[in-house]
Amino acid sequence: MINLTINGQKVQVEDGATILEAAQKADIHIPTLCYLAEVQAIGACRVCLVEIEGNRNLQASCVFPASEGLVVHTNNDRVRKARKFAVEMLISNHPMECLACARNLNCELQSLAEELGIREVRFIGEQSEGRIDDLSPSIRRNQNKCILCRRCVTVCKEIQGVSAIFTQGRGFETRVEPAFDASLNDVACAMCGQCSVVCPVGAITEKENIEEVWEALADPTKIVAIQDAPAVRAALGEEFGFAPGALVTGKMLAAARKLGFDLVFDTNFAADLTIIEEGNELLKRVKEGGVLPLITSCSPGWIKFIEHFYPEMLPHLSTCKSPHQMLGALTKTYYAQKAGIDPKDMVVVSVMPCTAKKFECNRPEMNDSGYKDVDYVLTTRELAKMIKQAGIDFASLENGSYDDPLGEYTGAATIFGATGGVMEAALRTVYEVVTGKTLDNVEFTAVRGLQGIKEATIPVEGIGDVKVAVAHGLGNARKLLESIKAGAQYHFIEIMACPGGCVSGGGQPIPVNNEIRRLRAEALYQEDRDLGLRKSHQNPSITKIYEEFLDTPLGEKSHHLLHTRYTARGVYKD
Amino acid sequence: MDGEHQCLCAQKSEEELYPELDKIIDEHRGKPEDLIMVLHKAQNLFGYLPRKVQEKVALGLNVSLNEVYGVITFYAFFTTVPKGRHSIRVCLGTACYVRGGQGVIEKIKKDLGIKVGGTTEDRRYSLDVVRCIGACGLAPAMLINDDVYARAKPAKLTEIVEKYE
Repeated sequence: MINLTINGQKVQVEDGATILEAAQKADIHIPTLCYLAEVQAIGACRVCLVEIEGNRNLQASCVFPASEGLVVHTNNDRVRKARKFAVEMLISNHPMECLACARNLNCELQSLAEELGIREVRFIGEQSEGRIDDLSPSIRRNQNKCILCRRCVTVCKEIQGVSAIFTQGRGFETRVEPAFDASLNDVACAMCGQCSVVCPVGAITEKENIEEVWEALADPTKIVAIQDAPAVRAALGEEFGFAPGALVTGKMLAAARKLGFDLVFDTNFAADLTIIEEGNELLKRVKEGGVLPLITSCSPGWIKFIEHFYPEMLPHLSTCKSPHQMLGALTKTYYAQKAGIDPKDMVVVSVMPCTAKKFECNRPEMNDSGYKDVDYVLTTRELAKMIKQAGIDFASLENGSYDDPLGEYTGAATIFGATGGVMEAALRTVYEVVTGKTLDNVEFTAVRGLQGIKEATIPVEGIGDVKVAVAHGLGNARKLLESIKAGAQYHFIEIMACPGGCVSGGGQPIPVNNEIRRLRAEALYQEDRDLGLRKSHQNPSITKIYEEFLDTPLGEKSHHLLHTRYTARGVYKD
Repeated sequence: MDGEHQCLCAQKSEEELYPELDKIIDEHRGKPEDLIMVLHKAQNLFGYLPRKVQEKVALGLNVSLNEVYGVITFYAFFTTVPKGRHSIRVCLGTACYVRGGQGVIEKIKKDLGIKVGGTTEDRRYSLDVVRCIGACGLAPAMLINDDVYARAKPAKLTEIVEKYE
């Protein structure tokens, strides 16, 4: 242990701790900007400067190691002035468009300027000429707002293992972007949006579709359906002051109706359906000697990743569409027929914790209903903005409900939103379908939690030991794929593009850290426990849709509406 | 015309250099930490770093192309533009700067129609800025290949540059 003194207070920390960590342990606040716990500490922005007795220069506390006997001042006049100056310099090259910025009121630079008491813009200098890249259907980059903190570069390279963006050039000319001034749309980008989650300012955001959705809602000739992904209900509340982990399913459904959606469905219904289709796909591959391991396909960031970086492994992917695309296709076929609506008059809006789903809904193969299966994807953040724009008092909403039949779901579906959830849901169903026995303990805790790669072996009568693995975050996905290439044997693998799974997807409320990931996942596990039905094959609406429409899992209609194909893309665009 | 044709044939074409690049990459395969070293060797080979070279280096060393390009654009030594047969380097060190180095640059840019760091389309000239060549007493100074030109005056520049075929 190391003993040091911060602002006259004795602090004891573990070896290897930084001064920032020591201060945090003592509840002493040091402002930070480029630093992001669990992602990056590089001492670049000079906002976390502190004075250390015996050191001539102020030091960046996020990288300065604590050592025995140090005497640190985090809050004297010299330190405050230096921090303020650092932020003033950043502001001197930042467009003052706060009022029209997607991150207005949720911007770290804005908060810092307030915290440090900046009341005038003292330095009027040259502004760097950045450009706006809005060609990607998922991510919008506004180079002008970039403060070069490099968090996005780090998350993309170190955590996602993609490196779609990097710092280009040097000095005042530095930009964060792909090589050769390319658009994100034209490089090997998974569109996972983790860059938008870590961006402290409005330089990287989702590509908003709010206006298109308002237009659809205002059009009297359109029947507009909404569906919400499982992870949305575990995080939407944070945009309205609820603590992380607040489960707001009822309010979310009520808000959807108040916004004017004609049909309120739930992606969870299609999550249950995915389990039936994918579970049968797994059993078929096991029985018939198909390509194993079977790998899940619900995460479109993961799909784009494998298409770019491991196209030779595409046969491992389940052919199941992601749940919201299944639900879109069924809304415009099954439901339209049932309700006597012409599908050309329907608009399907998916609220997703995800930016990659915006890309996915625009894929040319996602038109199996004869129309665009999902018209627009909104992130959780965008839905919150619409609720605010509509003047809805979210916190006081009475619980609403979904519309049948495409809204009913089981606990197995709702845990899709946490890493390991799809695996757990699949195991619950596969076990019972194969053995014909009732699974008493439905909780497969070995596949839960934030460990990067989780493995489990489940004995299933009739198959033997079923070996499964779960990876979240594309860097972990890469490791798992490499181990498969090196000969590791599994039957079934779940991969989610985002660290923590969908609960901390690229479209979720900001900020995110491991504690928030854990709390959001816990909210979903709580909803699972609270639901009477916890296995996908118990969902009565699922039984009914096979009776009335789909006929049989992996049948002809399923093949046409619920399954898809993939595109080998390679790393470079031709 | 004939003479010029022969001259080009004597040089190795870019395509012929790629097997040599592959050999360099093979020595560093899968080692991202060797990136700068490999880029040095590649630039020595090609004279510059065209996109195709960058792509091959990126794949070979297991580094993203975006990162390779980031490193190349960070270091002034690396260039993505082929150099001309004649390298014009104008000094903008302090002494040359105060004695009119900028005017020298502006004149050459105008004459050749290129930017600093650029190469003329016929690859005859490339233009770069250097910071002090140790000829402060002769400011403003410039180099064409290895020839030093002292007290360069914009009015005389066209004539000087024209001498280099």
